[in-house]
Amino acid sequence: MAGSAYDTVETDVLVIGAGGAGMRAAIAAAGSGARVLVLCKSLLGKAHTVMAEGGMAAALANVAHLDSWEAHFADTMKGGKLLNSWRMALIHAREAPERVLELERWGAVFDRTSSGLIHQRPFGAHTYPRLAHIGDRTGLELIRSLQDRLVHTGGVEVLMETTVASLLTREDRAVGALAYRRADGGLLVCSARAVLLATGGAGRIYRITSNSWECTGDGPALAYEIGAELQDCEMVQFHPTGMVWPPGVRGILVTEGVRGEGGVLRNKDGERFMERYDHERMELSSRDIVARAINAEVTAGRGTPHGGAYLDITHRSADYIRGKLPSMYEQFLKLAHVDITREPMEVAPTIHYFMGGVRVDAETGATSVPGLFAAGEVASGLHGANRLGGNSLSDLLVFGKRAGEAAAAFSSDHPEPAAADRVQVDLAIDLLQDPLTRPHGESPYRLQGELQDTCTRYAPIIRDEQGLREGLEKVLDLRERAERCGTGGPTGRAFNPGWHTAHDLRSMLVNAEALFRCALARKESRGAHARSDYPRQDPRLGQVNMVVRRSEGGMAVRAVESEPVPYDLTEIISQSFQKYTPEELS
Amino acid sequence: MGVTTVEVSVFRGDRTGGEMVTYPVPVREGMVVLDAVLWIQANMAPDLAVRWNCKAAKCGSCSAEIDGFPRLMCKSPVDEYGAALSVRPMRTFPVIRDLVTDVSWNYEVNRRIPPFTPSEADALDPEPWRMRQEDVDRVIEFRKCIECFLCQDVCHVLRDHDREDAFAGPRSMIRFAGLEMHPKDTLDRRPLLRGQAGVGMCNVTKCCTEVCPEHIHITDNAIIPLKERVADLYFDPLRWAARKLRGR
Repeated sequence: MAGSAYDTVETDVLVIGAGGAGMRAAIAAAGSGARVLVLCKSLLGKAHTVMAEGGMAAALANVAHLDSWEAHFADTMKGGKLLNSWRMALIHAREAPERVLELERWGAVFDRTSSGLIHQRPFGAHTYPRLAHIGDRTGLELIRSLQDRLVHTGGVEVLMETTVASLLTREDRAVGALAYRRADGGLLVCSARAVLLATGGAGRIYRITSNSWECTGDGPALAYEIGAELQDCEMVQFHPTGMVWPPGVRGILVTEGVRGEGGVLRNKDGERFMERYDHERMELSSRDIVARAINAEVTAGRGTPHGGAYLDITHRSADYIRGKLPSMYEQFLKLAHVDITREPMEVAPTIHYFMGGVRVDAETGATSVPGLFAAGEVASGLHGANRLGGNSLSDLLVFGKRAGEAAAAFSSDHPEPAAADRVQVDLAIDLLQDPLTRPHGESPYRLQGELQDTCTRYAPIIRDEQGLREGLEKVLDLRERAERCGTGGPTGRAFNPGWHTAHDLRSMLVNAEALFRCALARKESRGAHARSDYPRQDPRLGQVNMVVRRSEGGMAVRAVESEPVPYDLTEIISQSFQKYTPEELS
Repeated sequence: MGVTTVEVSVFRGDRTGGEMVTYPVPVREGMVVLDAVLWIQANMAPDLAVRWNCKAAKCGSCSAEIDGFPRLMCKSPVDEYGAALSVRPMRTFPVIRDLVTDVSWNYEVNRRIPPFTPSEADALDPEPWRMRQEDVDRVIEFRKCIECFLCQDVCHVLRDHDREDAFAGPRSMIRFAGLEMHPKDTLDRRPLLRGQAGVGMCNVTKCCTEVCPEHIHITDNAIIPLKERVADLYFDPLRWAARKLRGR
């Protein structure tokens, strides 16, 4: 099929993905004078960021006056079990307040304190109330504010429902991408001076997930294919509270805001079990600990009828709950026939976030491939072994801006036209169109389902060597079958989800393989990665990243020492932060 | 319960035409219409085109007409429909394929609405802004909009009279209201509202309010106050006289 027709487009900075990070990066790149092209898989404003509920973490100190970037930095590092890139954690803690205030100046609306400042709610493992929020739909507010800013920013073009199939290179530098339009299946070759990945996570490789359909890990896969390094792919966050019943809604997110607003967890005996797992922080412990606690209660036979825990906020007034948690109220009433102002919710862990991803430079989001940048969930480093709630929305803004500016700078430093050669383009087109030539090939939906079952079963909350090995074998077997899979039937090009799924599968398999390989390599328990055969933290692995790279013999993982945390910052991390000022205590 | 299978009829076709095709779908407890459609896709019709994202009523992607009524598929339990139901694409927008429609017009209209514009003093103020919760509460309702475009779909000015040229539709009115009533916004969008956006075209049948999955009181809280603002500016006799005198 070589020689297929395609449209061409040329730009300075190509942004792939239009969630919070992609849009913030596009605005920043355009602000630096670059022409920007944004490609997104869905309609604008529908990206997974829209589902973020609780808020964005920033040490504004509007509610707790003692809050500071130091405290936010320390919480982030401790929450990440010190696996974090300290440089990213430092930048994030220092710049998040500015980014939140900037968003407000672009029209975002937040709940207010009595003195009229942005209100902040408490969240798991944050020492102080720190999350700027609007009810329980902060992600929507963020995405809509950025969307409106973006469409009124000059020099930015957005192509919606356009999926990137491959990145293109020239002399080991990223110079563009091959994409297809979902609507008509038409092909598009984009030439760019810099490429920025903002594709989010890979939650769909699991069966039970809070993630939307498009979270298929495209970014790590695209980057890996052209030789970029990934890291820490074993670090997959189970959000402690997803819906469990009825089966049709299993996995849908129940915001941590419920616990932030005072919700308590109980087992079937009515015991407030977090007492036994984290006496001090209770329900507002870090997500890895709460998820494992619920898992342990269920395993010990103390789970609810549908295999979860009860989450109870009924001690708050009905008006308060409907005001602060409106979409949770609606979600349970409509989908589970549960009135959360009167009855407890049933919740269980659900796959939520990938701390691992593309390995980047802390300051710029530059990857190990020149001209390729990454920001947001697709990038790895800020969150270490466990992400704190609220840190992802601020991550998107802080590092979206930085990566956008860096990509624009790279573009202006490389003004010569960059284009991939025709042979490379044709190979990428053949790979993309392959499933269309196999109407009788295996169904991509079936393969996707088997992959989801494999990850769910063999890379669960508590892992072990044998399970991980079996999982990896199954993934490798699936990869082989996927190379021969079809569209499941009809081979039309116009909006054919069978074809789209066959393509997504390629990305998902790279992410799954990296997950199993990294999980096998990390022989300890740390943060989100818990192993029954290595139940303890190994201090020697505290500053080691599992780095994934494509090699001659396939996917290779090696342990790479990270840069040690400087002495002064180590002191900040071990410092104990006073919760209240003397005036607040009296 | 009793029902173990539901007959789901889905529109299959494109802008040149199509037909309703019926698929028997096994029912699972708590199943929503989107689950049924995705089951058909995975098991019976792999090329069935459907747009969806979050499956949690937060993104507004899976709008369709279920038994003739515009709804989000992810928020419509199958057990509300008995033994059979039908799913069609939104009628107001051109069909791309099956349940997927071309909603790009909504994005074009949105782009024509001037963005949030604070006063120069506020824009330059180095101190963090202060706003009262009561003032913020007024716009929160409009900011809840998930852009599902069900209100645009059901608005008869657009649906039956195809007056996209004269009326920007309920979704746009929500956008206008969210900007006009934002405590820090200072731009006057009334000339645009009266002119190109055509707020006067709405004759308050409230169909849009009825289908809004976010329960936004589109007509009462957005369109009618916007109509009043426009009327105040253009039809208040004192202001009319003042305008004449000032020569504007």
